[in-house]
Amino acid sequence: MSERPWGFWWTQIRAVMRLEMKKTLFSRRGIWVYLLAFAPMIIFAAHSIYMMKLGRAGDIGEDTHTFAGVFQLFYLRLAIFFGCVGIFMNLFRGEVLDKSLHYYFLAPVHRTVLLAGKFLSGLVAAGVIFGTSLLLQFAATYWYFNASTRQEYFFHGHGLEHLAAYLGVTLLACLGYGAVFLAAGVMFRNPLLPTAAVLVWEAINAILPAALQRISVIFYLKSLCPVLLPGEISMSSGNPLGFIAMNPSPASIFTAILSLLALTLVAVAFSGRQLSRMEIDYGSD
Amino acid sequence: MSGPANGWTTEPVGAPGQTRIVFEEVSKFYGDVLGVNRVNLSIPPGITSLVGPNGSGKTTLMNLMTGLVRPTRGHIRILGIPPDDPERLFRVVGYCTQFDSFPRGMTGYQFIYSYLRLFGYPHAKSSELAMRAIDRVSLADAAGRKIAGYSKGMRQRIKLAQAICHNPSVLVLDEPLNGLDPLIRAETIALFRALAAEGLHLIISSHVLHEVDVISDQVVLLSNGYVVAEGQIQGVRDEIQEHPMQILIRCDKPGELASQVFHNDYVVEARIHNDRQGVLVKTRDADRFYLLLNKIAQNGVEIESVAPADDDVLSVYEYLIGTEESTK
Repeated sequence: MSERPWGFWWTQIRAVMRLEMKKTLFSRRGIWVYLLAFAPMIIFAAHSIYMMKLGRAGDIGEDTHTFAGVFQLFYLRLAIFFGCVGIFMNLFRGEVLDKSLHYYFLAPVHRTVLLAGKFLSGLVAAGVIFGTSLLLQFAATYWYFNASTRQEYFFHGHGLEHLAAYLGVTLLACLGYGAVFLAAGVMFRNPLLPTAAVLVWEAINAILPAALQRISVIFYLKSLCPVLLPGEISMSSGNPLGFIAMNPSPASIFTAILSLLALTLVAVAFSGRQLSRMEIDYGSD
Repeated sequence: MSGPANGWTTEPVGAPGQTRIVFEEVSKFYGDVLGVNRVNLSIPPGITSLVGPNGSGKTTLMNLMTGLVRPTRGHIRILGIPPDDPERLFRVVGYCTQFDSFPRGMTGYQFIYSYLRLFGYPHAKSSELAMRAIDRVSLADAAGRKIAGYSKGMRQRIKLAQAICHNPSVLVLDEPLNGLDPLIRAETIALFRALAAEGLHLIISSHVLHEVDVISDQVVLLSNGYVVAEGQIQGVRDEIQEHPMQILIRCDKPGELASQVFHNDYVVEARIHNDRQGVLVKTRDADRFYLLLNKIAQNGVEIESVAPADDDVLSVYEYLIGTEESTK
């Protein structure tokens, strides 16, 4: 038993993922996550169709800023945030409510392996949903521009670079928020309180002292966003609500990615510790 | 037991000291509430029934054995394996819990199959073991149906299939006969006997005492979180000194028999049976009474049968737990 059978654990992780992916991606309970994720795509598509009908040329710079605004203020802060609440907090909490968690605990699976399987399945599900939505949003935003403008923007401008950055930020957001809400789901019986606490903490992040700003997910995600928000510009001209979007001293890309990975590691390790002590006690739920 | 496709194997079970389920001074408290207290048990192979009223600690003992809850104090070993080592434990243990709940949206087959995949078995092996277990609980026809549409008895059986599908050496069954119709109940009891005959440990909790009496090799009687008696039921009965042994003697002259035995100081009571074809005797010394009975038989009373009337689980339960309960 001294050897660590990584290959065997990976087989078990895949078995857990097969079970969990079905539940996460195809359950009726998760429909609202899809609605949240794909709502911006519908708005961007509607805008493109409207512009095409009017025959207007559009301004690619303006749309790029609009996209950045929707991404930071809605997609990151609400869609991915609450999507991760729905996906990751239910990985264990949902099974306790369904009274089916004991089936996992009655299998010859180390609880750390179970945690890894569940977390990875949540990550893949969130990545697929929010990554796909992001790609479609990007396509819908620039769809109505003529082919040469699009080509110019994507292949000679910043289009592809922005798309890659947004995709990276989306995946890191799923990773960071996923780990936080996984830990909350393992630790708290009532998910509303930790969700509200994290939501408020993330919202006031920009007005916190610099040291506290760094104890968050949104600080690093904002630092990685490729386009400066109009809000950040208007904050400098006195917009009182601009603080939500502002990021006066962003972290470097390297620091931001490493910090998010470290935060994820800490939250997952904490979840593992909690899970190893967890007892089956459905009666008190 | 067939091993997983890859990964480690369990240490060989059956070594000295590793063939029993052992509880050493085990206590479990849920906050201030007592689950079980100072339990010492050493359970051999065969069918062992946990008997006791609701809240006596039966399910807590089973959950402790399987690591679903942790002891507040004491140590537990299942064939030498501690319950907090699920990777080794659940290769030799199957647990059919009392929870009547299942993962959403699964068919009976998918439920067992996906559980087996967690063991690391490949597709073909998992499929084969799943169908074999489902067959064994007579659910083959319903294997492709969603569990949500199963009757209570079918859900009970698919849980049983999940517990036995990996061919465990220890089977822990919490009220496994609940919700089964008489025919399936008889089949299930036969299955338990067959598994016990294969050398398995079967730990069964049941509140249906006559069933426990029929199937158990030994019993553990629980009350308010304490083990009040354990062992083979006749042995437990013999230990209860304050209740005289009851013996029913079928004979041709019950009146004569009653008058002959009643004079002896170790006979507490001799009552002619309602059907007037036998005598129910209560005695404090069964051995001396049987000697007396031999003499009476030689003196012209034709004795058809002699049978203890209160060495079943029901009587022992009433003597030990019923009395305790009523004295509170």
